[in-house]
Amino acid sequence: MEAEKNIYTVSVYTENNIGLLNRISAIFQRRHINIESINSSVSEIEGVSKFTIVVIVTEDQMKKIIGQIEKQVEVIKAYFHTDEGTIYQESCIFKMKSDLLFEERQIQNIIKESNARIVTVNRDFFVIEKSGRKEEIELIYRELSAFGIMQFTRSGRIAVTKDEMKISTMLEAFQA
Amino acid sequence: MDTKTLKKETNKTQITERISGSEAIIKCLLAEGVDVLYGYPGGAIMPVYDELYKYQDKIHHVLTRHEQGATHSAQGYARISGKVGVAIATSGPGATNLITGIADAQIDSTPMVCITGQVASHLLGSDAFQETDIVGISTPVTKWNCQITKASEIPEVMAKAFYIAKSGRPGPVLIDITKDAQFEEFDFKYKKCKGVRSYNAIPKLNHNEVEAAAKLINEAKKPMIVWGQGVSLGQAETEFKAVVEKAGIPSAWTILGAGAIPTSHPLNIGMVGMHGNYAPNVLTNECDLLIAIGMRFDDRVTGNLSTYAKQAKVIHFEIDPAEIDKNVKTDVAVLGDAKESLAALLPLLDEKSYPEWHQNFKDLYAIEYEKVIKNDIHPTKEGLTMGEVLKEINSQTKGDAAIVTDVGQHQMIACRYANFNKTRSNITSGGLGTMGFGLPAAIGAKMAAPNREVISISGDGGYQMTIQELGTIFQQKVPVKIVVLNNEFLGMVRQWQQLFFDKRYASTEMTNPDFVAIAKGYFIEAEKVTKREDLKEAVAKMINTDGPYFLEVCVEKEDNVFPMIPTGASVSDVRLE
Ligand SMILES: Cc1ncc(C[n+]2csc(CCOP(=O)(O)OP(=O)(O)O)c2C)c(N)n1
Repeated sequence: MEAEKNIYTVSVYTENNIGLLNRISAIFQRRHINIESINSSVSEIEGVSKFTIVVIVTEDQMKKIIGQIEKQVEVIKAYFHTDEGTIYQESCIFKMKSDLLFEERQIQNIIKESNARIVTVNRDFFVIEKSGRKEEIELIYRELSAFGIMQFTRSGRIAVTKDEMKISTMLEAFQA
Repeated sequence: MDTKTLKKETNKTQITERISGSEAIIKCLLAEGVDVLYGYPGGAIMPVYDELYKYQDKIHHVLTRHEQGATHSAQGYARISGKVGVAIATSGPGATNLITGIADAQIDSTPMVCITGQVASHLLGSDAFQETDIVGISTPVTKWNCQITKASEIPEVMAKAFYIAKSGRPGPVLIDITKDAQFEEFDFKYKKCKGVRSYNAIPKLNHNEVEAAAKLINEAKKPMIVWGQGVSLGQAETEFKAVVEKAGIPSAWTILGAGAIPTSHPLNIGMVGMHGNYAPNVLTNECDLLIAIGMRFDDRVTGNLSTYAKQAKVIHFEIDPAEIDKNVKTDVAVLGDAKESLAALLPLLDEKSYPEWHQNFKDLYAIEYEKVIKNDIHPTKEGLTMGEVLKEINSQTKGDAAIVTDVGQHQMIACRYANFNKTRSNITSGGLGTMGFGLPAAIGAKMAAPNREVISISGDGGYQMTIQELGTIFQQKVPVKIVVLNNEFLGMVRQWQQLFFDKRYASTEMTNPDFVAIAKGYFIEAEKVTKREDLKEAVAKMINTDGPYFLEVCVEKEDNVFPMIPTGASVSDVRLE
């Protein structure tokens, strides 16, 4: 009777601390949970960082992990959301041989139809960037791979939630 | 805390003075009220040791014989006193030797600050001599850790370290300080830490939850309390006793909860868990309401979770939100500090007693007494049992001694048979089960509570894991009483081999040295007992000796500890033989 696993996006608001990434990733590692993607950036609040982590776990696991994350001294607050609760994007870039751009008209169509964009072109290679959902990125990847991709990188998911996250009020409450 | 020390601290906050990082560390320790620390010197921490030398009339450094011993001594100090224990070591091997004690303190929520020296900051990451990434290594086993590379960071980080170690659910903190930061001079000013914005030490008590808990308690027909260390960590013994007595609820304890109300209290129904008492284990699966207070449903307590208290409603009083619903689903969770929560609960409770329900515990105790206890404490066989030795020590100290155990059969026997009159009397490695904990922990306990009798009880196996701390006891003249219950086996493992591995005693037999000679080698008075008729007198002699004393008692080689809940079994499937 295995509980159902879901894709969850975890947002962790933290102090800007050197060792914290280690602390947070160890929480997943200890439970043998693979991190699908992780992104670290500044947040909407000055001096507060934000990790966006994607994992595939059961709801019960997710709640316990959130508890463990929030327990870390330098974590201000952690939230988890299903895909329905967030607006999310990933981004990817392809490096391809420049000849293809002129020889294979298909490529131009792919770029146009998938709302991708050419970032740079030089004599040897050109670079395509595409942002979107994972499926869109997978699609363009499949289409372009027919022509030979020199290099490919996909970013971690970044997300904002549909609900409000009351970090600022929390921090103000502390100041008071 | 008395006002005198408080005043001194406020004075200190005003002064700034130009001093070195290493002197600043000592001043921080003094400002936090640290009077003793345990450690071992080495290259990367030498500037701090130089200051310890200069400040030796204000702060006492105890040279242990191994850094692991330093952490366990700091833990013993913390566990008996509630104050933060402090351990200090050099970089590299000195730092890695702290890890077992840190992990132990983490899982048993013991407030401890560990300070390690580190190679100079310009050498970080260069595989310099005695460089280890101790911050990386200690991350999963610390409540918080931090590396300091500039002297100016020292006051704030040290203040934060002490605050985090002792506030909320306590735990170990490690501060790693590069050697150049120890040498560097700066303007020192100390301000105690009063809060960290990202860290909520104590969740705010929600009175609706307290009311919901009171309602369930007042309506229950067969309620049972299981309390843990949270009661003593929260200094909530008085409030807890008042709750237990007013509500009249039979109450059981986890190994770390022992003594929060005396063992002899009429509502104290004994220990739960793998080797706990028969009645509270079995009746966990018959109560209609289980009230967990400051405990975390460890698997050694619950056995198989899928058959644990399924019939009961569950109330969980807890300071750490991550513990709620972690192992056992609760109906009501009361988050907060035990002292405050229980004080809020008390006036809402009906005065009650449950004579019939309580009688069930007494009936099962009678069975346990017949099948197990009687033979343990009044044996008729020739060899001495651990139980009778424990009873002898306990009765001669009238239940007032602090018992510091190691890990294994003797530990379970000590918890089962010692009468604890006082809180903070059972000092043992619960969550990590660290062999070698006992002897050094007893050193710290005795130093923190010099007026208490402190008795270290170890097996012949675990004793030899930190036996070198006899040197510390000798050098520091720490009047601890050391008892080794020698069964010439790694008893607890042998018991499992007997019960679950068809008596294949793989590497559990011990060929032991002359323990008495070893103690005497450290100039510690020592005696060995092999016969029942000599036990009483030997224990009396030990207790009446002023200085440290070593007593070896040779016990039955193949005795087992019962009752026992085999791993993975239900709490109600307790084996009595
Ligand atoms: C550091 C460490 N290593 C191994 C173990 C596994 N272990 C648990 S109890 C035990 C036997 C302890 O033997 P002894 O110290 O003689 O005590 P006894 O059980 O005989 O009382 C062992 C090896 C442990 N708990 N800790």
